[in-house]
Formats: sequence, structure tokens, C-alpha cells
Amino acid sequence: MITILTNMLSMCIPFSVALLLASIGEMFNQRAGVFNLGCEGIMAMGAFIGMLIPFSVGGGGPVPQVYNVLGFLAAAAVGAFLGLFFGVVTVTFRAPQGIAGIGLQMFGVGTAGTLFRHFVGGTQSIPGIPDIDIPLLSKIPFLGDVFFSHNGAAYLAYLFIPVAWYILFKTPWGLKVRAVGTNPRAADSMGINVSRTRYESLMLGGALAGLAGAYLSIAQAKMFSDTLISGRGFIAVALVYFGHWHPLQIMGGALLFTFAQTFQTQIQSMGISFPYELAVMLPYVLVIVVLSFTSRNQTTAPTSLGKPFNREMRT
Amino acid sequence: MEGKIRELRMEHITKRFPGVLASDDISISVGEGEVLALVGENGAGKTTLMNILMGLYQPDEGRILINGSEVRFRGPEDAFKAGLGMVHQQYMLVQNMTVTENIALGYKKAWKPMRLSLSEVRSRVVEISEKYSLSVNPDAYIWQLSVGEQQRVELVKTLCLGARFLILDEPTSALTPQETDELIALLKNMTDELSIIFISHKLQEVKAISNKVAILRHGKVVFSGNTDDHSSQDIAAMMTGHSIELPKNLDKNDSGDTVLSIRDLVVMSDRKTVALDHLSLDIKAGEIVGLAGVSGNGQRELSEAINGLRRVESGSISFFGKEIANFTPRQVIDEGMGYIPEERNTEGIVPAFSIRENFILKDASNPEFSSRSILKKKDIDDYSEKLVKEFDVRCPDIQTAAGSLSGGNIQKVILAREIERKPRFLIAVYPTRGLDLGAVEFIHQQLLAIRREGIGVLLISEELDEIMDLSDRIAVIYKGSIQKVLDHDEATRARLGVLMAGVKEE
Repeated sequence: MITILTNMLSMCIPFSVALLLASIGEMFNQRAGVFNLGCEGIMAMGAFIGMLIPFSVGGGGPVPQVYNVLGFLAAAAVGAFLGLFFGVVTVTFRAPQGIAGIGLQMFGVGTAGTLFRHFVGGTQSIPGIPDIDIPLLSKIPFLGDVFFSHNGAAYLAYLFIPVAWYILFKTPWGLKVRAVGTNPRAADSMGINVSRTRYESLMLGGALAGLAGAYLSIAQAKMFSDTLISGRGFIAVALVYFGHWHPLQIMGGALLFTFAQTFQTQIQSMGISFPYELAVMLPYVLVIVVLSFTSRNQTTAPTSLGKPFNREMRT
Repeated sequence: MEGKIRELRMEHITKRFPGVLASDDISISVGEGEVLALVGENGAGKTTLMNILMGLYQPDEGRILINGSEVRFRGPEDAFKAGLGMVHQQYMLVQNMTVTENIALGYKKAWKPMRLSLSEVRSRVVEISEKYSLSVNPDAYIWQLSVGEQQRVELVKTLCLGARFLILDEPTSALTPQETDELIALLKNMTDELSIIFISHKLQEVKAISNKVAILRHGKVVFSGNTDDHSSQDIAAMMTGHSIELPKNLDKNDSGDTVLSIRDLVVMSDRKTVALDHLSLDIKAGEIVGLAGVSGNGQRELSEAINGLRRVESGSISFFGKEIANFTPRQVIDEGMGYIPEERNTEGIVPAFSIRENFILKDASNPEFSSRSILKKKDIDDYSEKLVKEFDVRCPDIQTAAGSLSGGNIQKVILAREIERKPRFLIAVYPTRGLDLGAVEFIHQQLLAIRREGIGVLLISEELDEIMDLSDRIAVIYKGSIQKVLDHDEATRARLGVLMAGVKEE
């Protein structure tokens, strides 16, 4: 029993990283007043670019770690670029964000799949990045497996949570982001460039979504396929609401969702007679249920979420 | 910090919006220590002019001079640097941030490369609020503050950012009479160090505080001069272009039966706090009861609870002897309740619908307008043409989207719909808020007319003049219960003001 639990929990942290990065990125977007439903598409592009670099160097065989790092960096750059592109559409041209986001999602997933078939062909695996056992700590029974025996990217992603919190609440840029997402008119009257701030946060959000995708292909699945992202981008958007636009609560949401997912795979692998279709549904049902019961907390919500800003628009 | 602003001039400012000439060759000037009152009706272009001064809008023509030399403001940032600060009518505060954080937004000195020095901002806030005796809690979130407190935050914010020239856009519109007096006293003290442009259409305040007055009408300056040389009546006439005598409720009512009886009503606010605390109120047929109070004391919740839009926790609402608490809105409408809601653009009409569609919103399934689930186009058109004429709705035609009308005309559409349905009772919530005097006059006449037909009216308003002109009895609401109900003859501005501020009469 303990081994099963240890197994489940020790999968939680590495499997939650992609969701975590994508939803923290989405949190910055939404705090600035733009929700990016294209997250899924950016993740797909990030995942493809991320695996393409080590694959084209090593052809699926072992490569120096620096190429994996390059893969991550390239994915972040592509993500930032797509975020910038989304900004042009929604901030400068004030297109409806929902529709633009769905467009970006389809563009990203489609383009990644097409490029993959052109440059790689069929399913190919890459060596990925190794787990790092943290000296001493990883030897602690149970806790060592759960917390201290994962790949390096997972550690970095979790270290980024407090950084994201600091950026959002303790830096001038974070202050600007929160202001333009809640009352852009007020921010504008204080001399803050609303469009620029929204662009910046879209680029940061895009870069994080790109990294999230690359994590899936380089560190988690160690391969790319059309269905690699499989809705994680949308779950990430939901987790932002779930976590009330706060990094720590979003982390909680990402862990809860991942736990439900590992739970259902364990159920299946243990051969418990339970209709697997229902088990697969479980994490998604959980998200819907929790979302319907979380209070609509108007006191933290970025109330201008989804609304384009036009200074000379008279309301 | 640079020198004083000895003189600020705006010369020949012109600004066009699509289809509107918002500022038409306007010139004004303000000297050191002066208070200029900028008066005019809604839509006269006061706010536009000030947004130009603050660099929020760019003028199409004209220039701005400070101490004789021309300045160009590309954004508010430039205006701050020149020492200008504006308190907007709609407060420019971010609800989910603290007072200190809100001020930090503009206080660039505290912006370190990777860190925001909130403690520096906080001490500046404390320093300024003590210097001008403007008490604010620097750590409170904006959503926790009352309207009066938020305004103090706006003042502190403007002063923290180094303003030596203040622009106040209708600063008293949401304040109690007491808060207004305090503000005016405070501003008078500040003129030792500051010049002020004070935008208002309340002439008592203009007389009380300003040295000079400039009157705007349809984007033009129609008059400017010394305040003391002109009476309030003169200024009012120049503001509207003609003299308007608002109708008054003079005929005594021979009190009818009680038609709406509210007992011990308890209702929660959106924030799950008690909004109505055992409120009781009776209204008879053929009388107008004015509900006076500072907005936010339960007025919205009361009108919503009666109309089935908000859950009643306990207590009763008896309407012509029938208990209607927790009825659905449809049931309340079918009982004959007429309702002019607070938010005319979002609750009163469907903005994207045409005027004719808005007229039949409540009666679309009535056999008069539909048969076998198909709308009767001809009948609806005739009905709408008739209403547009009767209620003097100024519109291109009845197919016009209601949302594109001016506030006064939207209110006429709502009024027409509600009155033409022949209600047994009418609830009017802030029916003239933000309207110009012509529209106010029309709406007041209509309310008095249905009163003469023997219909009871609950008039919720924060304009004391409106309440005193129209009401047979005046109930004062404070923190969700009725402080006191006064007969029309016993009510004075001063007495109502005291009651509205929560002071109990023995």
C-alpha cells in the first residue's frame, strides 16, 4: 500500500510541472487583463521546438545536456513570439480574446504537427534529461522519493513559484500588471502604458507556456506527438481561475489535478475492476466540480479581464 | 519639485469626437491661489476639457501655457511632472490593491529596478495625510473603503504625486451634505498652496468655494467672470440656456390605503454582509415616498429585494395585501409592479435591442403583441410610435438601438415602458442621475402625473432637492434601516443631512 502511495505521490511533482508553468504564465496574462486560450497551441509549438533541437543533434541518441537546455530556450523564445503575436491581435487590434485564443490554439497545434511530420517523421524518442537525486535528502524514506528525486527542470519550475509571487506582488512591474488588468483607466491616468504592460505579460506568459510544452517533450514524455499536450493548455486556463490568480493557490490546483490523474492511472494499472473510461474522466470532472464551487471572489479578480482598452473610448 | 504655477492658460482648445464637437474653441485661465469653477450640464464638455489638460486626450487645435510658456502633454505622466493632478469623477483606483499600492502606481521614486519600496510610499502617504488632515488607512484595500474614503485616497494620491494644481471633477457627487461641507472647508485651506479647477453643476458649492466661474454649454464657453458678481440663478440660466422651473409636489394628498408594506426585511449584500437590517416601511396609494440616503446604505438591495432580484432572508413584503417576498421577477411584474432600475444601461434596457423591442420587453408574450408565439409587427410598431411621441423620445426612428441614445432618452424609453403598462405601483431608483435639467423636468412631471392617478411611488434618490420637490413623505435610510420618516413639511436640508449621516434624533 505504501509503495503504491509513494509511487503516486512521487509522480505528482514531475507530472505537474507542465501544467504549473503554463498556468503561472496564464496567470500573468490574466492579471494584465488578457486571457489567452491559445496556451495549448503555444505549448504544442514549444514541445515540438524543444524536442527538435536535441533530436536533430543526436538523432534520438544521447546528446550533451546543453542541447536540451537550448531546446528549452528555443521553446521559450517561440512562446514569447507567439505571445507577442497574440498581443498584436488582441491588444493593438482589440480582437475578441476568446476567438483569437481559439485561433492561436489551432494554429499552434496544427503547425507543430505539420512541422513535426516534415522534419522528424514518425514517433522518435530522445534521451531527455536525467533525474537528480539530491544528496542526503533523497535518502529520506518516502519523502525522498516524493520530493527529492526528480529531473532538474522540475526543481527549477517549483523554484519559480516564489519568484513569480515576488514579481507579481513585490516589483513595480507586477504592480503595473495588476493595475492594468483590474482598472486600466486608472493605470492610464497614472501614466502607465497599458498596451505595453499587456504585451510584456503576454510575452512572459507565452514564454512560460513554451517552456511547459518543452518540458513535456524533453523531460516527461521524451518524445513528441500530435496528442502530447492533450488539453493541458485549457486545464491551465481553468487552474488560473481555480487558484484565484495567486501563484501558490495555482500550484495547489496543479498538484490536485495531477494527483487525480496519477490516481486514475494507478487504479487502472492495479487492475481494480472499475470502468477505465470513468477513471480517465475523473481529473476533468474534478476540475469542473471544483470550479463550480469556488467562490466568485470579486476582491482579487482582475475585473477588466477580457476587455480591450481604448483610452479615447467614451463610456 | 519645481516652482509654483503662477498662471495656467488653455487657449482656443478644440476637440472633435466622431459626430461630436466636444470642445469648441475654449479658452480659460487660472491664476495662483485661485479657484476656477467650471460649470455646465452633462455633455457640455467639462470632463473632456480636463482630460485634454491632463494629456489623456490630445486636442485637435489650441495650446496650453504654464507661466506663459507653452507645454505639450503627451500623457498624464507629463502633466504630473508639470505639477498638475486630477481627481476624476469616477475614481481612478484599483479595487484589489491597497491604498499604498494604488499610490505607488504613480510614485516612481519608489520603483527600484527589481523591487518596489512600498515602505517608502507608505511613509509619504502618512506624511501627506497628516499635513492636510486627510485621514486614510494606507493598508486598507480600496474595496473595503466607502465612497467618501475613496475620495480622500484620491486627494492624498494626487498630493503625494506632487500636485501643485488640482483639478476636481464633480468631487461632491457621491458625498453626504456633511462630507461636502468638510471637503469645501478643506479645499479652502489648500488654496494657500494650490490653485484649483473645480468642476460642478451644484451652484451652492460653486458659490461657496470659487473666485472665478466659467460656464460651458455644448462645448463652448458661454460666460466667464467673477463668481461673486453673479447670483446662482444667473449662473443656472446661463448653464441651461433658458430658465427652468422644476415642478413641485404642492397639492396635499388625501391619503389612500397602504399598498406596499415592508416589515422587518433582512437582505444580504453581494459581499454577504447584512444590507437591510430589519427595514420597515409603508407606502400608500397616491403618494410619493422619497427614500433619502447616501448611496450604498441598502437602497440597491431594497429595490432588488422588492422586485424579486435578490433573496429575502427574513421579513415580509406585502403588496396590496399579498405576500410577494421571494417571488420571481416575473411574478412581481405580473402583480403590477413598475420598476425604473438604478443602472439604466444595463438593467433598464437591452442596449443592442431597438427601441421598439425594449418597449415590449416585459410584454412580449402578451396577446396584445404576439399570437401563437409570433410577434405582431404592426401592433408593436404602432404602439412604439405612439410611445415615442407621447414621451418625447428623441431618436431617428423606433428601429434605433436603444443603447445608442443619450442618457435622458434612454430614461424616457424606460419610463414609457413602465408607465404605459399601467402599473399599480412604481419604484424609481435614481431616476434622474446624471441627466440634464430638461430631462429631469420631464421625468419629474411624469412621476407627479402618475401620483395624481392614485399610484404609489417609491422614489430612491441621493439628490435632496429632487426628494424634497416631489415627496409627500421622506424616509431616511442609513446602514440598511429606516432612520426616520418625515412629512414633507417637517423636512429641511439640514435635518435630512444629519439623519443621512446616521445621527439619531431622540
